[in-house]
Amino acid sequence: MHATRLLSPERWKKWIWSFVRLTLIAGLSFVILYPVLQKISTAFKAKSDLYSPIVVWLPENYTLDNFVKAIGIMDYWQALLNTFSLSALTTILTAISCALAGYGFARLKFKGSQLLFAGVILTILVPPITILIPVYLNLKDFSLMGLIPLLTGGKSVNLLNTYWPFILTSATANSLKAGLYIFIFRQFFRGIPKEVEEAAYIDGAGVGKTFYRIMLPNAIPSIVTVLLFSFVWQWNDSFFTTTYLTSSKVMATQLGSLPYNLQILLEDGANSKADPFYLSMVQDTGILLAILPLIIIYLFVQRYFVESIERTGIVG
Amino acid sequence: MKSILRLDRRSYNEQKAIMGFFYVLPWLLGFIFFFLIPLLSSLRYSLSSVQANSDGLIVHFSGFQNYVEALTVNTEFNRSLADAIMNMVINVPLIVIFSLFLAVLLNQKFIGRSLARSIFFLPVILASGVILSLESTSLIQAVNDQNAGAGAIQGLGTFELEGLMLDAGLSEWVVNYLTSAVSRIYSIVSQSGVQILIFLAGIQTISPQLYEASKMEGATGYEAFWKITFPMVSPLILVNSIYTIIDSFSNNAMTDLIRETGFTQFNFGLSSAMAWLYFAAVALILAVSSYLISKKVFYYD
Repeated sequence: MHATRLLSPERWKKWIWSFVRLTLIAGLSFVILYPVLQKISTAFKAKSDLYSPIVVWLPENYTLDNFVKAIGIMDYWQALLNTFSLSALTTILTAISCALAGYGFARLKFKGSQLLFAGVILTILVPPITILIPVYLNLKDFSLMGLIPLLTGGKSVNLLNTYWPFILTSATANSLKAGLYIFIFRQFFRGIPKEVEEAAYIDGAGVGKTFYRIMLPNAIPSIVTVLLFSFVWQWNDSFFTTTYLTSSKVMATQLGSLPYNLQILLEDGANSKADPFYLSMVQDTGILLAILPLIIIYLFVQRYFVESIERTGIVG
Repeated sequence: MKSILRLDRRSYNEQKAIMGFFYVLPWLLGFIFFFLIPLLSSLRYSLSSVQANSDGLIVHFSGFQNYVEALTVNTEFNRSLADAIMNMVINVPLIVIFSLFLAVLLNQKFIGRSLARSIFFLPVILASGVILSLESTSLIQAVNDQNAGAGAIQGLGTFELEGLMLDAGLSEWVVNYLTSAVSRIYSIVSQSGVQILIFLAGIQTISPQLYEASKMEGATGYEAFWKITFPMVSPLILVNSIYTIIDSFSNNAMTDLIRETGFTQFNFGLSSAMAWLYFAAVALILAVSSYLISKKVFYYD
């Protein structure tokens, strides 16, 4: 009796499937983790280990030299502070403005709001590159429809290389992927039962009070999702940062110019012809340093991240 | 004027409508200043010859000259556009199918599931413009791949696989498609983090009763997938296809070319024309794919 159950095809199928699943997931996890592990291993290697045939993962001579070089060249701490403040600022502004817009589109219908929501969809669909040049020119001579020249005496301000382009676009829910965030919030707020809102109204809460006392506390999963996405994407963004912030020290621009700066720094030394492998080694360390803060944050919030998106109503 | 601001005199629905406008207002301002006006001026630049000098821009209407130049004179445009479109057409189905498969897998119960999930969403954080482009030039990686026999994850013995499948009688086109997918597995995995999340969220909203009932009737897991899971998440296939197409906007050969034409050659007219052609191509793909998919989509309610 026992043996037949053990050998039944059902059981076999289950075991085989578990095995296949394990192999697939382990293999793909390896593919994802491989570049990161590779970078960690490379970062601690001394220059001599590069050519040593016996060194694959664990270095023979541990050194922090790569870190010191990369931190020096990238002006790491400054860049870290700048990137962090820029990302935090835009994240908070984006979350507020998108939550307002999302709630407005979901629950506070007015004449023409359908049409305006089509505008939100349009901002998602149009590639950012299509409007990049006019936005750039606009920010270079920022006049706010001729208002600013009146105040400063006939001169428009150049907002490039300041945080203003990011502040302005995120405060007005038009920053990087903002259309998507509005969409997430709208989907979520649509799912909250009407009765909740009516009960709040009976108890004397106006629209504003209902929004921030009732709706927002309920919307924590979608707020978390938007905060995380917006922070991470702003941190990693090279599209807008390299256009608007050409000479400010943030992670994206520092990383972008890292190969060039490395070349200059290392070629001026005793060896006039820098070893490309060595350059690449320091460069990898630089990349690792740039993504390290995100990985550390992710380690702490990943549980919340995965669980919250399941409850955001992105799906409903 | 005063009566508009006196909200308490109005009915709740009127209040809501007025407040709604104020809630949407920040977005509306941004939409007008940072989207609509730039979109229109981009269209205008694309139809003009634009010269920048110290006084500002001189814009002369020149008809479709820029478009003609982009399509016939410029040596790189057609190739980049075709590349960008081909990449989209090839990658989008792969990413969508792959992420659906992984979402189903990650939804099952097994030991280490939460660990696996957190690993699979790591690319959402790591995959980005600069990092990816620097990574593709990383010599260390290339060398180590060669040395450590880690070339296996690049190729996975695609050569043998190819022979095997050709012998099995599959058409050459299908075989090439599949083997190229295997060798690009890293880029596919790293582009499908968000899509996996969306599918996973969708699968979890399916009521467990459906599965119980089908199990009682004797359906296998395979049948349950095709008869329950797949139809129930099919609206998300549309969402994910659109998301994947949009996601590729931020950097590809096409955007690099447009950016270079605009910001290093200062040919704003030509650059805008290219951007509009690109937009038109993307819009066409979006329209066709959403039409095709939405014909098959099953809506539960």
